[in-house]
Amino acid sequence: MSLITEITIFVLAAFVGFEVISKVPTTLHTPLMSQTNAIHGIVMLGGLIVIGTADDTLDKVIGTIAIAFGTINIVGGFMVTDRMLGMFRGRDRKPKKEAETENVTPGEAGQ
Amino acid sequence: MIQAPLAALSPNSDFVTACYIVAFSLFIFGIRQGTHPSTARRGNLIAAAGMLIAIAITLSTDVIGNGVLILIGILIGTAVGVVASLRVQMTDMPQMVALYNGVGGGAAALISWSEFRHVSAGGSSIPLDIFVPILFSTVIGSVSFWGSNIAFGKLQAIIPSRPVQFPGQHIFNGLLLAAILAGCIVLGIDHDSPSQGLYIGVLIGAAVLGNLFVLPIGGADMPVVISLLNAFTGLAAAAAGFALDNVVLIVAGTLVGSSGTILTLEMSRAMNRSIANLLFSGFGAVSAAAGEREERPVHSIGAEDAAIKLGYADSVVFVPGYGMAVAQAQHAVKELADELQKRGIEVNFAIHPVAGRMPGHMNVLLAEADVPYEQLKEMDEINPEMPRTDVAVVIGANDVTNPAAKDDPNSPIAGMPIIEVNQAREVIVIKRSLSPGFAGIDNDLFYKDNTSMLFSDAKGAASDIAAQVEEL
Repeated sequence: MSLITEITIFVLAAFVGFEVISKVPTTLHTPLMSQTNAIHGIVMLGGLIVIGTADDTLDKVIGTIAIAFGTINIVGGFMVTDRMLGMFRGRDRKPKKEAETENVTPGEAGQ
Repeated sequence: MIQAPLAALSPNSDFVTACYIVAFSLFIFGIRQGTHPSTARRGNLIAAAGMLIAIAITLSTDVIGNGVLILIGILIGTAVGVVASLRVQMTDMPQMVALYNGVGGGAAALISWSEFRHVSAGGSSIPLDIFVPILFSTVIGSVSFWGSNIAFGKLQAIIPSRPVQFPGQHIFNGLLLAAILAGCIVLGIDHDSPSQGLYIGVLIGAAVLGNLFVLPIGGADMPVVISLLNAFTGLAAAAAGFALDNVVLIVAGTLVGSSGTILTLEMSRAMNRSIANLLFSGFGAVSAAAGEREERPVHSIGAEDAAIKLGYADSVVFVPGYGMAVAQAQHAVKELADELQKRGIEVNFAIHPVAGRMPGHMNVLLAEADVPYEQLKEMDEINPEMPRTDVAVVIGANDVTNPAAKDDPNSPIAGMPIIEVNQAREVIVIKRSLSPGFAGIDNDLFYKDNTSMLFSDAKGAASDIAAQVEEL
C-alpha cells in the first residue's frame, strides 16, 4: 500500500470516527472508552506480525509482552464493556420492580 | 510448529485485506450501535466479532512464527483480562481504563521497537515512510504507557492525587520534548544506518516525559487526562499500522484516536478551560492557597428533616459527584429514590459531564444500582427543569454546583457550566464537612437561604433518609 493511500484511509477514518462517536450520548461515555480500549487492542496484530521474524531473545520477549498487552486490551476491554452495558436498563425492562411498586401503593398515579 | 497447517496466506493478499475491511466495518458498526443503551451491548459484541476475524486471519498468514510465544502471550493476556474485567468494581472503572490505555500504548511502543530492530538489522536503510511512523508510535506509545501508569497510581491513591510539581517543571518538560524531537530528527536523517543507542534514548526520554507530564495534574482533572491518553494510544496504534502497512490497524487506531479527541474536547469544554490550561496549570495546587474562607452561618439539618422535605415534594433531582463513588453510595441512593417513587414523587438524576473521575463515571455507577437510564439527565437537559424542581439533593458533588461559576467573574471556575441546583426551590447538600472541593474555593451554594446542609457520609445519609421516608 502506498503512503498516500494510507493517508487517505487515515483521513477518511478520522472523519467517520468523529461523525459516529459524537453521536454517542454522555450516559455511555464510560462504556465507549472501555470499548475503544478493546478496539485499540488491535495493535496485538502488530505483535503477531513482528514476532514472526524475531530471532534473538530480546525481540522474542518484546513481542510476547506486546501480544500479552494487546490481548489484555481485547479480552478485558470487550468483557468489561459487556458487563457494564448489561447494567444499563430502561424502565420497560424492569417488570419486577414495577410490579413491586404497584403492590405497595396500588392507587399511585405512576408514569 | 503450531502455525504450520494454516500458514499459507500472504499478509498482503487481497483476501487478507478483504477480511481486514470486514473487521473494521464491524468496529464502526459496533460503535454506531453504541449510540443508544438498548443496542450498545449488541454493538460491543459486533465489534468483538470484528476483532476475532482480524486476529484469526492474521494468524493464518505465512508471516506467523514463534507460535509457542504467541500462545503464551495470548494465554497470559486472556487470563489477566478475564480476571480484571470480572473483578473490577464499577467505582474503579477510571483506574481500569487508565491501565488499559497504558497497556495499549505500551504494546504499540514495543511493537515499534521490535519493528525498528528488525528493519535496521544488519545496518540496512529504513525508508522514511516506515521510519517516521515507527518513531511516532514509539514516542506516543511510551508517553501513553508511563502517563497512564501515573494516572492509575493517582486514581488508586498509590501516589498523591494532588498535583506534584517541582520548580521549572514545565521548562524541563519542554526541553525534554525538544530533545526527543531532535533525537527523532537525527535518527530520520541517519535513516541509512540509524543508531540503536539513540533510539533507546528516545524511548527512555518519552518514558520520563510520560511520567512528568501526568504527575502535576490533579485528581479532578483526570477525566481529561484519561481521554487524552486514550486518544494517544489510538494514534500510536494507527502509526504502527502505517509502519506495518496494515489497514485494519490504521482504521481502528484512528477511530480510537477520534473517540479520545472528542472526549478530551468535551471534558475541557465542560470545565471551561483550554487543554493547555488543564495540562500545564497544576490547577488544584495554585488555587488551594488562594481559597481563603470566611466563617459564614449554614443551615444544618438531620436525616429526619431531610426525609420530610423529600417525602412531601413533587419532584426531586439528585446531583451525584465523586463523593458518591468514594462512599460507594449508589445503591443507598437508589433505595432512597425508590422510596420517593413509591410516594409518586418524580425522581431524576442530573449528571455533570465531569462529575467523577472519567467521562460517564456517574452514569455507570447509577446503572449498576439499577437506575433506569431514562432518569439519568444531562446537564443541558436538566437545567431548564431546575426552577420547577422542589428539592435538589447534592451528593458528593461540589464545584459543579457552585453558583460562583455563573455569578462571580473573578472566581477560578468562572464560566464553567454548572448544574443550577440553586434554581430549585430547596437544596439539600449531603457532605461530610464544609471543606472546599477540588478547585479549592468556597461553594456559595452552602450559604444560600434555601440550602440545608446534612453533614454525613453519602451512604449513611442516603440510607437514613430512606428509612425515615418509609416511616412518613
